[in-house]
Amino acid sequence: MKGKNNTANIQPMSFLEVAKTNMRNYSMFIMLTVIMIGFAILTTGINLSPRNFTNIFIQNSYILVLAVGMVLVIIIGNIDLSVGSIAAFTGAIAAILYNTGIGLFLTVFLTIGAGLIIGMWQGYWIAYVKIPAFIVTLAGMLLFRGLTYIITNVTPITPKTDSFKQLSIGTVSPQFLRITALMEKRGKMVPQDIHLLPIIVGLIVIIFLLFIALRERNKKIRNNFHVLPVQYFIGKQVFLIALILVMSVQFAQYRGIPIVFIILAITVAIFTFMTKNTIFGRYIYAVGGNSKSAKLSGINSENITFFVHVIMGGLCGLSGILFTAYMNSALPDAGDLFELEAIAASFIGGASASGGIGTIIGAIMGGLIMGIINNGMSLMNIGANWQYVVKALVLLLAVWYDIYTRKKSGMV
Amino acid sequence: MNEYILEVQNLTKVFPGVRALDNVSFKVKKGEIHCLCGENGAGKSTLMKVVSGVHPHDSFNGKVSFNGKETNYKTVKDSENDNMAIIHQELALSPYLTIFENIFLGHIKTKHGIINWNKLIIDSRQYLKKVGLNENPETIVSKMGVGKQQLVEIARALSKNVELLILDEPTSSLNDNESEKLLLLINELKNEGITCIMISHKLNEVMEIADSITILRDGQTINSYDVKKDNVSEELIIKQMVGRDMTHRFPDQTHDVGTINVLEVKDWSVFHPEYPDLEVVRNASFHLKQGEILAFCGPMGAGRTELMMSLFGKAYGSRSTGQVFVHGREEHFHTPKDAIAKGMGYVSEDRKDLGLILIQSVKNNISNSSLKKLSYMGIINKGKETLEAENYKKSLNIKTPTVNQIVNNLSGGNQQKVVLSRCLLADPDIFIVDEPTRGIDVGAKYEIYSILKDLVKEGKSVIIVTSEMPEAIGMADRIYVMNEGLIKGELSRAEASQEKIMTMALKKIEEN
Ligand SMILES: Nc1ncnc2c1ncn2[C@@H]1O[C@H](COP(=O)(O)OP(=O)(O)OP(=O)(O)O)[C@@H](O)[C@H]1O
Ligand SMILES: [Mg+2]
Repeated sequence: MKGKNNTANIQPMSFLEVAKTNMRNYSMFIMLTVIMIGFAILTTGINLSPRNFTNIFIQNSYILVLAVGMVLVIIIGNIDLSVGSIAAFTGAIAAILYNTGIGLFLTVFLTIGAGLIIGMWQGYWIAYVKIPAFIVTLAGMLLFRGLTYIITNVTPITPKTDSFKQLSIGTVSPQFLRITALMEKRGKMVPQDIHLLPIIVGLIVIIFLLFIALRERNKKIRNNFHVLPVQYFIGKQVFLIALILVMSVQFAQYRGIPIVFIILAITVAIFTFMTKNTIFGRYIYAVGGNSKSAKLSGINSENITFFVHVIMGGLCGLSGILFTAYMNSALPDAGDLFELEAIAASFIGGASASGGIGTIIGAIMGGLIMGIINNGMSLMNIGANWQYVVKALVLLLAVWYDIYTRKKSGMV
Repeated sequence: MNEYILEVQNLTKVFPGVRALDNVSFKVKKGEIHCLCGENGAGKSTLMKVVSGVHPHDSFNGKVSFNGKETNYKTVKDSENDNMAIIHQELALSPYLTIFENIFLGHIKTKHGIINWNKLIIDSRQYLKKVGLNENPETIVSKMGVGKQQLVEIARALSKNVELLILDEPTSSLNDNESEKLLLLINELKNEGITCIMISHKLNEVMEIADSITILRDGQTINSYDVKKDNVSEELIIKQMVGRDMTHRFPDQTHDVGTINVLEVKDWSVFHPEYPDLEVVRNASFHLKQGEILAFCGPMGAGRTELMMSLFGKAYGSRSTGQVFVHGREEHFHTPKDAIAKGMGYVSEDRKDLGLILIQSVKNNISNSSLKKLSYMGIINKGKETLEAENYKKSLNIKTPTVNQIVNNLSGGNQQKVVLSRCLLADPDIFIVDEPTRGIDVGAKYEIYSILKDLVKEGKSVIIVTSEMPEAIGMADRIYVMNEGLIKGELSRAEASQEKIMTMALKKIEEN
């Protein structure tokens, strides 16, 4: 009786079917590419210039950092409205701490610590007292805006030295890895600095990722596990390599690797690994997917909720530092509408409002889509008013498309 | 007019990786009760979903005709307009609305857009009477048991003037008594000229009620029988379903019951989560020996699930009193996590709400309780995880193209196997399974029974909560009978019979 196989009508999926069922995982990449090309046409290519490309990261880093935390909050089925105010508050703390002369490193360290403590405060009310996150963070939004006004005295605080600013606008490119080459610019050949570091790092990352992907695949094949069709696998790798190469080449032509890009990359790597490979990450999805079932499986959903909000707090601290650095000043009104940008980024990136679904990469993609639209429209001299309108429509369209593809692949 | 109310011709329906229906043809005569049988994942629910427009017309190949006219349904609404109604395997009532609101939901008659609530309540009474549900129409449905909710679903169908009623495993979560009533009702509806299609794994019911039987296997129609003309027996149906003979319904291997008590419960009382004064379980005392299979029998609402869940780290109830000893030591579990840490495992009867995370993969659902075991320093060993999931996929014969499939896409019975796998992987010493074979086909039932027997052979202990008396009698070393929140008595394997269990459940206990 055992070992009988009644799987007669189960068949391996064809390449097309796999592509179809996975389509929604890639819809954001497609959307991003389309929008980039669209603006490239509208701005005669200015938006793709190495300088602008670098700026897109610098201008959006503080939102992207928030989006990473926000998507976790959304996965557990909550929402956080306070991130803008907390980023303003921690941004002000950073400027004040820095101006006492304790040094950049300690400032960053303590500010993120402050963010974590704020996260604990909110997490406590949400997870253990069980006040809905919407309400706790609505209170937090007011509370930390008020505290920001109090500690800044409603006047901007400027860091005393310029090195703080470098956190945002600085780049890494060692002198010995620079060469000068003749490049074509508006029909003329002009000498231009080429920064080799991004290219070297890019190649190392590519080799590393390829190595991991191949090892995983071989392991699966050896164990007779189900693997994706080979065309699909190759397509995915080619796409990734192309993406990294484009970024490397762009950075190489401007000023090297932006520091914010490094910070972002590390943040994304840590949290992607956390969500995909750790018990804690799996529990986050379990609590969001069905908290009752998670509880019966022996998961302490209160603790998970608490820690997710703590993480969000820490990332608010980081975002505050980056924004203060970007503006080179801690503004009392900083962080206005950041929460909405971060929430929109998560949803554009495929998170589900009912919880349990969402990815870090998705949220980053969502944030970049919004950022590129902002940037492109600014390059076209279209005012903020219209930017709001366009972003609103993009949010609606993106989420509609997500629901549509999810239905198509039978996930409802 | 046509003799057939429903005709399905050469129907093929493909999901990514699964050919759920493969050239199926199937005819239902007007006014008959037609039963659909087949293993878990054979395609029964899918067939009914195609017929009723849950899967829209352009998503399959083949022809479906209703009353001689080819259908072209885009949504369920279209089939409802044609006087067809389907009651799904997983109930679909709106839990926080009242009975009458649920009955009229979606087709409320209004006068200039204004609802006459009183009239609705009065109208609903007539349907409740018809289905034999003696409840106030203003009761919130989630406050009632599954059996009554089932009746509300039927009342809802009747209120829409059905010609064809489709019931997907309507009795899987009912006890014998309730099932009997439901079958009577279906027969009555037949007398009124309503055609019924019923899916069921309970073959005795099928034999009792069916005029025709169609058997599906692996997405294909194997045979259709006219019960009166053809000489059909349960054995024949089973053979056609699973493709071979099945002589035994229960594994006949024996095992030795140990002498030590692994679990002892004394004077355990449980209080309702919303009405803290209401005692749901009263002074329950029982014990479980090592290597023993216990069964808890009794009608729905007897308090069996409530008792087990409250023992499992207060997963149910506002508070509880009494003592629990595990391996002789008194324990105070505050969360299921504590209970799991002490070697308990619980498989819920409500797989959709409490058991599974429907939007996650088969693999993740199986591993969720055992991640500690499958990881090193908090980092999951995904290879090992997949390996374990694949093992259970094979040994329990879970029908899915890959373990990465979303659980929601599995058939009902296969979802149940996933819940069981999760608990098996966690490897508890005390294994509490609540209705473990709900919605499971005969072949797979046997496999699950074998697994439970293997567990006790390894020296683990099992508690089966079940509404199916044959299951209790066939599997258990000892049976506790519960009713109305009380343990009414205890029977050994030798003493047990269906009659004794019934009389014991109804017996009055003098309270002092
Ligand atoms: N939305 C879906 N996406 C992918 N596969 C599906 C989907 N719905 C059903 N299937 C697959 O189709 C097959 C038939 O499923 P179906 O639900 O019809 O089985 P069933 O005969 O009703 O079984 P059970 O007795 O367990 O309820 C199964 O293998 C199932 O995994
Ligand atoms: Mg089914």
